[in-house]
Amino acid sequence: MSENNFEPKIIGFFCKWCTSAAADLAGTSRKKYPANLVPIRFFCSSRIDPQHVLHAFKSGADGVLIGGCHFGDCHYQDGNYKTARRIALLHNLLDDMGVSKKRLRLEWISAAEGDRFTKVVREFTEEIKKLGPLKGNGV
Amino acid sequence: MKRIGVFICHCGINIAKTVDVEALTEEIKKYPGVEYAENYKYMCSDPGQNLVINAIKEHKLDAVVVAACSPTLHENTFRNASERGGLNRYVCEMANIREHCSWVHDDKKVATKKAAHIIKSIIEKVKYDEPLEPIHVSVTKRALVIGGGIAGIQAALDIANAGVETILVEKGPSIGGRMAQLSETFPTLDCSQCILTPKMVEVSQHKKIKLLSYSEIEEIAGSVGNFKVKIKRKAAYVDHAKCTGCGMCYEKCPVKVDSEFEENMGKRKAIYTPFPQAVPNKPIIDKEHCTFFLKPGKCRVCQIVCPVQAVDFEQQDVILEEEVGAIVVATGFDLYEPERLKEYGYGTIPDVLTSLQFERLLSASGPTSGDVRRISDGKEPKRIVFIQCAGSRDKENHLEYCSKICCMYTAKHALLYKHRVHDGEPIIFYIDVRTAGKGYEEFYNRVTDEGATYIRGKVSKVYQDNGRIVVLGADTLSGKQIEVEADMVVLATGVVPTRNNTELVRRLKIQCDANDFLTEAHPKLRPVESNTAGIYLAGAAQGPKDIPEVVAQASGAASKAIAILTQDEITFEPTIAGVDEDLCSGCSICVGVCPYNARELDREKMVIKVVEALCQGCGSCSSACPSGAAQQRNLIDKQIEDMVTSVLEEK
Repeated sequence: MSENNFEPKIIGFFCKWCTSAAADLAGTSRKKYPANLVPIRFFCSSRIDPQHVLHAFKSGADGVLIGGCHFGDCHYQDGNYKTARRIALLHNLLDDMGVSKKRLRLEWISAAEGDRFTKVVREFTEEIKKLGPLKGNGV
Repeated sequence: MKRIGVFICHCGINIAKTVDVEALTEEIKKYPGVEYAENYKYMCSDPGQNLVINAIKEHKLDAVVVAACSPTLHENTFRNASERGGLNRYVCEMANIREHCSWVHDDKKVATKKAAHIIKSIIEKVKYDEPLEPIHVSVTKRALVIGGGIAGIQAALDIANAGVETILVEKGPSIGGRMAQLSETFPTLDCSQCILTPKMVEVSQHKKIKLLSYSEIEEIAGSVGNFKVKIKRKAAYVDHAKCTGCGMCYEKCPVKVDSEFEENMGKRKAIYTPFPQAVPNKPIIDKEHCTFFLKPGKCRVCQIVCPVQAVDFEQQDVILEEEVGAIVVATGFDLYEPERLKEYGYGTIPDVLTSLQFERLLSASGPTSGDVRRISDGKEPKRIVFIQCAGSRDKENHLEYCSKICCMYTAKHALLYKHRVHDGEPIIFYIDVRTAGKGYEEFYNRVTDEGATYIRGKVSKVYQDNGRIVVLGADTLSGKQIEVEADMVVLATGVVPTRNNTELVRRLKIQCDANDFLTEAHPKLRPVESNTAGIYLAGAAQGPKDIPEVVAQASGAASKAIAILTQDEITFEPTIAGVDEDLCSGCSICVGVCPYNARELDREKMVIKVVEALCQGCGSCSSACPSGAAQQRNLIDKQIEDMVTSVLEEK
């Protein structure tokens, strides 16, 4: 597969209060973005176990985007802080595993930020395209 | 294996324009577990819902996936329909192929493929969805209000007026709180006592309110609907059932003590009521200062003069046990310690006062009967310098936040001073004047019109020189140094949450922010709820606020409590965390992670138990659990992993 027509597979883990709602808003506003990302909806980003992310990479994902609420906005008080800490550790682990940490991105996108949601997905998809497929590159 | 039905909506052309629904339906029909799939123009319409209902019956479906819009819009619609078809509502899920797919992509082939992925992931989820029943909790129809200031008074009255029995606990000998200390209130200049005391009396006479003054919370167990509370009634050494409140005891008591109510500017006795309009108007003995307790057996004057033999030196603390369904926390505020503002001379210069001390000077019932006089020599001050933001808005040295009420009370102080001393000269140092509130800017204008001088700048030092008080500051508008002589200085001391509250907050299992103000469940949308279900917040304990705001918040907290306390049982979503006892080692990592104290270690079984009424279903315990024992119902690890896999499998 040449780099030009490589279509990465990206999993989106989104909390339902902010980032999934931002994706809803992007839809309502008919903002276009690449279709490589398939979203999976959680109550809170703190439900995301690093194992889920590793499972995604193991199963063939080229990138994982985690979306939660901005600090101070978490519906469950401080779930996003927990996520931030877990993902920071996971980033280090990915390095050790030989997986570029660029393949895992954590973003805080509020329910009002439909535009930002599309921008992030667009950028992230581009970035993963540049990185190329993960398969065969570790894991 | 579950028999799953998938229902794909065209949403008119909203989905069908970019997603090939026919091809999609055919593809989904072939997906493992799918017993039945079809598409329809408007799934949410009555005929659309009937398709779901009939298919459940005809094809004996065990689970339903509706591929349509965002679950925010129609999850309830289709869960209700599934129920009408005879299914449990929690085995019906929505796949969002509109907002997350058809509306954001143009290429039909690409969008159809993504829609298939989204649907398949939800099919994988629903395979392990279990039928759940909403959680029902019975309700003890009784409320507890902690704190007897205006916030607690208002909350207790509102709840009691809704017909719900209410216990009002106040740690001091009287209710009334800070508001009882105030002279007049901005911006209307109502006498504080005149508007407060009728409410205090209403509390004491209300058939539904049980007032426990001079009492403290010892222990709180249980959860929303059913809290068990231990309340300590501190020994007053006066039998309040016998006491008539005649006042003979404190008239004759020989021991004089600085009065807390008068901010140490007046005296009370060792047996006392804090102020004449106290509710209950029954005295207590201050053991720390009473001669009987200091020199065992001595004095006894109060006991001798009491006409009804109410004084009882043998009285002990009593622990009361009460059950309540909801709790309102209204523990109020203190002033920022003025001693910390060394540069302003508080504590060394007698005529440097805090704002509350000045309130007492202005009060008709205060130590000077409302005359503004110096503490040091009793003289009328001809010039008073008011220093705003004393402790507030000073990130480096004191409090970072704005205490909110000081601009307005200082304006009021200046005006009331002018009313008492017509040729008096109020000078106010300020950083900004913040007058957001109904009638507040108008009030401020009135104060400046009546002769108050506002100087924009901070005071650097207050010192004494030949008996005169000198205030050194900067006028930041003119850029000049200013030196003002004053007869009195009043510090607009900042607002801090009531001190020594930590233990109570810990017992309540609620949270505080960095400044120790109680934390609300959501800063915008749940401002009167704590993070613990069934515990509500009112008044300055949650943040600095003025009387109208406190009263509004107290009524808000009361209405939240009433909403629970007027029901026989309360219902919660069952999609919360569970524990697999076979896997749980009792390590308790999840206990620390849970923001709601919904997880407890069962020490007998050494496994974690979930307090269902407290769990809000965030799932952070599930991701923290090292053994996979903590699982969020209907979003278990297996479901998440299968969802991921279904998306990534090449078809």
